[in-house]
Amino acid sequence: MLAEEQSSSPAVVPPDPVSPKVPVLAGKEITKAFGPVKVLENVTLDAFGGEIHAIVGENGAGKSTLMKIFAGLLDPTSGEVRFRGEAVEAGNLRRMEQLGVRFIHQELNLAEDLRVVENLFLGEEPRRGLFLDEGRMRAKGKEVLRRVGADVDLDARVSALRISEKQLVEIAKAISQQATVLILDEPTAVLTQREADRLFEIIESFAAEGVSILYISHRLEEVKRLATRISILRDGRLVATRRATELAPSEIVRLMVGRSLQDYFPPKKSASNNQVVLEVRHLSVPGYVNDASFELKKGEILGFAGLVGAGRTELFEGLMGLRKTSSGTISRDGQPTRYTDYRQAVAQLRAVYLPEDRKGKGLVVSFDAPTNYSLLGLDRFGSWFVDHRKERNSFRKAVEQFKIKISDYSMPVARLSGGNQQKVVLAKILTIDPEIIIFDEPTRGIDVGTKAQIYQWIGRIAEEGRSCVVISSELLEIIGICHRVIVMRSSRIVANLEGNSINEDLIMLYATGVNPAKPYLSS
Amino acid sequence: MNSAESIEASAREQRGFELKTLGRWAREGGPLIALLLLIIIGQILNPNFLRWDNVTNVLTRSAFVGIISVGATFVIVTGQIDLSVGAMAAFIAGLMIIVINRLAEFGLGQELAIVAGMVIGLVVGLISGLANGILSTIGKIDSFIVTLGTMGIFRSLVTFLANGGTLTLDSRVRETYRPVFYDSWLYVPIPVWVLAAVVAVGWVALTKTRFGRYCRAVGSNAEVSHYSAIRVNRIRVVAFIVQGFCVALATLLYVPRLGSASSSTGVLWELEAITAVVVGGTALRGGSGRVWGSIVGALILTLIGNILNLTSLISVYLNGAVQGIIILGAALLQRTSRTR
Repeated sequence: MLAEEQSSSPAVVPPDPVSPKVPVLAGKEITKAFGPVKVLENVTLDAFGGEIHAIVGENGAGKSTLMKIFAGLLDPTSGEVRFRGEAVEAGNLRRMEQLGVRFIHQELNLAEDLRVVENLFLGEEPRRGLFLDEGRMRAKGKEVLRRVGADVDLDARVSALRISEKQLVEIAKAISQQATVLILDEPTAVLTQREADRLFEIIESFAAEGVSILYISHRLEEVKRLATRISILRDGRLVATRRATELAPSEIVRLMVGRSLQDYFPPKKSASNNQVVLEVRHLSVPGYVNDASFELKKGEILGFAGLVGAGRTELFEGLMGLRKTSSGTISRDGQPTRYTDYRQAVAQLRAVYLPEDRKGKGLVVSFDAPTNYSLLGLDRFGSWFVDHRKERNSFRKAVEQFKIKISDYSMPVARLSGGNQQKVVLAKILTIDPEIIIFDEPTRGIDVGTKAQIYQWIGRIAEEGRSCVVISSELLEIIGICHRVIVMRSSRIVANLEGNSINEDLIMLYATGVNPAKPYLSS
Repeated sequence: MNSAESIEASAREQRGFELKTLGRWAREGGPLIALLLLIIIGQILNPNFLRWDNVTNVLTRSAFVGIISVGATFVIVTGQIDLSVGAMAAFIAGLMIIVINRLAEFGLGQELAIVAGMVIGLVVGLISGLANGILSTIGKIDSFIVTLGTMGIFRSLVTFLANGGTLTLDSRVRETYRPVFYDSWLYVPIPVWVLAAVVAVGWVALTKTRFGRYCRAVGSNAEVSHYSAIRVNRIRVVAFIVQGFCVALATLLYVPRLGSASSSTGVLWELEAITAVVVGGTALRGGSGRVWGSIVGALILTLIGNILNLTSLISVYLNGAVQGIIILGAALLQRTSRTR
């Protein structure tokens, strides 16, 4: 029955004419828990045909989880999903696809080695007898690619496409079957401004045809431009759903973080003096960083902004001896340095790098917290033998200092919440008393309350005279805490912003390399 | 969230209480319980079982595999494996016999010749471990493959040295060397003293020192260790060197016992050592392990053989089958205790 519809009707079906007042897709009192951690609590949210409903919130607020439940990829712990007013079986991907609910993943889900046309119909191939109906695939493939404005060859391998083209193919694939709801999870994260603009036009055209759009983002400017309604999630709870025209950007931010920004970020005291502690000249990391030069001052919080893949992490991994560099000089307090591995770099630069991937690089999740805490500076807890008592006492102090919620020191850190795990990592790097600390996405996947604590803490250690580098993809965070911001684009440092120049527009301008002279940006 | 966390945790605790405690019990004390059971069975089957001479006999026989398994514990805890130990032992034994025979022949005093042979044996052990370590770290070849290769090389070298036959220690020298294996001090045979010393040092090294901590960290998560300023490769190489040293030490005790080396010397020792480690509760995937467990494992393996020898209940030829069942049982226990 469905197959009939697919072959004859246009790719997009009009909104249900009978009941335009009934939402196409709705979640009622949805709760989702992973083990002890509730990522969604009692969220009720709906999507009408023809509207663009933006879901905003900080990382870890539960946006993606909610969308995965809508798409049938996850099963809610409690609550129900309704399609046109009727409850549907939760966690049934197949069923949601039949109903036309399409999910465009953040990390694209294409078979890289297959051709574009094969990807468009993967799992839904039209057949003639025993064989694939290549002719119909091509005709229909061409049609859907035209609809999303993708200028790609049907026979091109997906692996040869640019990332923006892949995304368009993914969207084309989604609408190659009938679509009633299109869920987009941070689709612009990997796009340039121009590509993003093109995407917005396509999204708007779908909405005009009656498709319901659920759009996840934490970029306010695009939300303001696109959305008809905005829902704000914070720490797994729905804070508000309003018409987009009723919400000023500052109000959205306030709702996202749950407090005014003055309380959220530490007061910005300008770096106390101009003493350069670290000077990097012409540093290159093959394949990632091209000729980077910058300096870091005492007591400064220096932000590194840029798109994912701009080379920020690799620059600092190269700087710290964690990755091979091809050229460059690094001076500490004016003295040139030489080292070949991370251990030497830590000693010579009196610096430490806090990796982004907490579970993969920051913590041995099967070890208990004190053991993780002492791992980096273990030589400070005894030269040959580990002084267990010293280790435990030192950790106890760290627990008080960082307000780590931990009932049993001997349980593996895997059982701590993300925020408490991050606090253990922060305490860990302080054991070696570093003068330079490089934070790579220090608040990823952490609740808002802990984020605020971490911001305050970074502000405090900078005041103590330590220098901090903050690599972050969250502009709000970069703007909120950094004294100075360096922007990277495509392996190069492209801007050094200070004072009033540290704003969303300018950072995005340099990060994407496109002039953002658009009305929605100046608002 | 914290209260929700604790409620959830206590609920889970209640649900899995019995199974979990049973699992933890089996994991923590399992090897000891198994050892005790074997001793009781042995005593029931044969009243001579617990006589001092049989006890020291079992301990002495366990010394070779026991000492090697202490080294294997370090290698396995760091997340690697060494399959070359049996062949390495044979190669070291062969080399020692040649060196000692030659030196004694050239008029060096027998004692001096033996000491020189021992030193060379230890040095070759250390170098062999170093080679295994370097190939699997800097050479970036999986340790399984590296030691599979070096196993073949060592095995072939000893066959070559013996010219396809057997290398035999000169009988007069052997008389001088004999006490190292057969003599006792305070009623306890020397190999047992050596075993005890190795276990004590190994246990302290793994549980109390920075090196031991780093071994566990590297085996648990090499990436995290790397980002914690630990020199991962160095730790892995040192673990292999520890293994090489242990193999050489075991060989020093082995040479006076048999007085010969051939291509069949030390065959399957690697399997026995690894089995002892796993039966003792060390995770084969790395990251956690215990030296005392490996010794208990080695004792269990020897006891099974001993009991089968002393009784006629099960054929001695089924020794391997019984050991195999024990390995599978140990692995099964590890599996249930891991699923939380």
